[in-house]
Amino acid sequence: MAATEFAAQVRHEDGVAVLDLSGDVSSGAEQKLLEAYAQAGGASVVLLDFSDVDYINSTGIALIVGLLAQARAAGQEVQARGLAEHYREIFRITRLSDFMTILDDEGDNG
Amino acid sequence: MSAWPQSIARVIRRSEKPTATAEETAAPAEPAAEATTAPVVQIPPNDPIVAYFQSAPGAVDLDGLDLDSPALDELRAAGVRLAVPLVSQGELVGLLNLGPRLSDQDYSTDDRKLLNSLAAQAAPALQVAQLVRRQEAEARSRERIEQELRVATLIQQNFLPKKLPDLPGWQISAYYRPAREVGGDFYDFVELPDGHIGLVIGDVTDKGVPAAMVMAATRSVLRASAARVVSPGEVLERVNELMCPDMPAKMFVTCLYGVLEPSTGRFRFANAGHNLPYIRTADGTAELRATGMPLGLLPGLKYEETEAILEPGQVMLLHSDGVAEAHSADSEMFGFPRLLGVVGARGGEVIDRVLTELDRFTPQGWEQEDDITLVSLTRADGGSHVAPTGFLDVAFTIPSEQGNERGASERVAEAVASLGLEPARLEKLKTAVSEATMNAIEHGNQSNPELPVEIGIRLAGNELLVRITDQGGEREIAEAETPDLEAKLEGLQKPRGWGLFLIKNMVDDLRIATDGIHHTVELVMRIEGGDDGGN
Repeated sequence: MAATEFAAQVRHEDGVAVLDLSGDVSSGAEQKLLEAYAQAGGASVVLLDFSDVDYINSTGIALIVGLLAQARAAGQEVQARGLAEHYREIFRITRLSDFMTILDDEGDNG
Repeated sequence: MSAWPQSIARVIRRSEKPTATAEETAAPAEPAAEATTAPVVQIPPNDPIVAYFQSAPGAVDLDGLDLDSPALDELRAAGVRLAVPLVSQGELVGLLNLGPRLSDQDYSTDDRKLLNSLAAQAAPALQVAQLVRRQEAEARSRERIEQELRVATLIQQNFLPKKLPDLPGWQISAYYRPAREVGGDFYDFVELPDGHIGLVIGDVTDKGVPAAMVMAATRSVLRASAARVVSPGEVLERVNELMCPDMPAKMFVTCLYGVLEPSTGRFRFANAGHNLPYIRTADGTAELRATGMPLGLLPGLKYEETEAILEPGQVMLLHSDGVAEAHSADSEMFGFPRLLGVVGARGGEVIDRVLTELDRFTPQGWEQEDDITLVSLTRADGGSHVAPTGFLDVAFTIPSEQGNERGASERVAEAVASLGLEPARLEKLKTAVSEATMNAIEHGNQSNPELPVEIGIRLAGNELLVRITDQGGEREIAEAETPDLEAKLEGLQKPRGWGLFLIKNMVDDLRIATDGIHHTVELVMRIEGGDDGGN
């Protein structure tokens, strides 16, 4: 499996800023993820959609931790969905899931 | 200055002729004959006359000299009346000695002038001639040393095995590289009854032809003994007994002799003070120990015997001092621990690895200090000895470039596909391999694409072992601590630092080792039982 470039699209749905992520969440994703989060603006909920993400490494975890820290400082809630089972497990192990809501699939959040 | 008196003596011998030619007047034959056969006079360099001649302005009348000098007495006794010092560049290089004039008259002022100007011209010429002579002698001695080296090399090479034994199920390699001044290293393989093979590695103290001769003798005596006696300890005992009477003073031989039973991997050996064999097993490395004194020192010695079984996949290395005692540019020794570390590393043949590491360790253009001899035995992993869970031993390397960890993790996944790891555990292994490889690339090898990351995969019993090795052995290894997520979320800590923690939680066991050169992270996944350790 070759590396795929990271991309992030932002859309706003009922006060929720949805970040549609695709590609690898690794060191190459930093700039685009920060830009996408900036576009989320003051939305009270930031939803990270991992449906098109096949690979997250420890650097990617650090990026998500960084984003989560910023969101918490801004009083925003962070949610995640579309995570493959393996990465749900990793979110559990790293306790990221203690600080963000993991939604089962896209249907749960309309 | 030990050559000094001889050169003076030589000049005196040659002074016969000048004595004769300086003679102008026709004279009776008898006294002339007497004068030309003046005996050789040796003048020790500390005789006071040397200093006197050295500073004399010209020809010296010996009759009028008042010096407490044995050489002066000798010269007088030899009939020398007039001595003309040959001084060049402040150095007394010879004497022109003249007996009495045949007319018995004193030497005239003109005679002295002639002799002095002759001496002034002869002295530098003589000095040059002496220099040339000395250089010729040195060149001859150098040539003799070179010739000796050629002979030593020839003996050495003639007595080393021309080919390696061909044993099914075993890979045997040998390497020998002499130092410029050939040492006394040797190795040998002896075919024994029942398909057994005798292995010999040894090192004679001393260098050059004497060492080569002793090496040749040891080899022959050892071969003869090995043909008669089965026990390696007894073989060395006999060799020692036979060598002791004829061993030159201050020489001895370190030697290891072992018998390999190829069908079972049984290796029984005894050791006469040689370096211990190193083996690489599934659990790491070990040295095989057997004690005994070097050969040729004392008669009546006994040699302890040790037995080991070389299991399929295991490697044994026999080695001489030339490797461990090699020095780096900073005068650091290569050392036994480093050598053992290289034996334990993966990828390629063990001798190749040792030579690569040695090359990296020693300065460019290094002149090898001692002979280097390496013999390796690898028992093939396969055939009927395979563990029931299946056989696996794969090794590959990747250059240290960011992103290569993905490919490495895919290759590991392919290699272990046949083991039937359940998908969730395979995903975990892939993440662990990817993270460990990324650490190796970025931290261990500092993203230097010329440094390889070695990845070895093997099955040991029900444990799948994936070893990831980098070249950053001198760097400290961080502990796999649990990151403080709260502190990170409050901005009190950097968000990074998840790699090792992740790896540890992905696999059943994580072992980290360093040998000072390499770092090895070993990931362990248990195959049987299928218990998912992640929860």
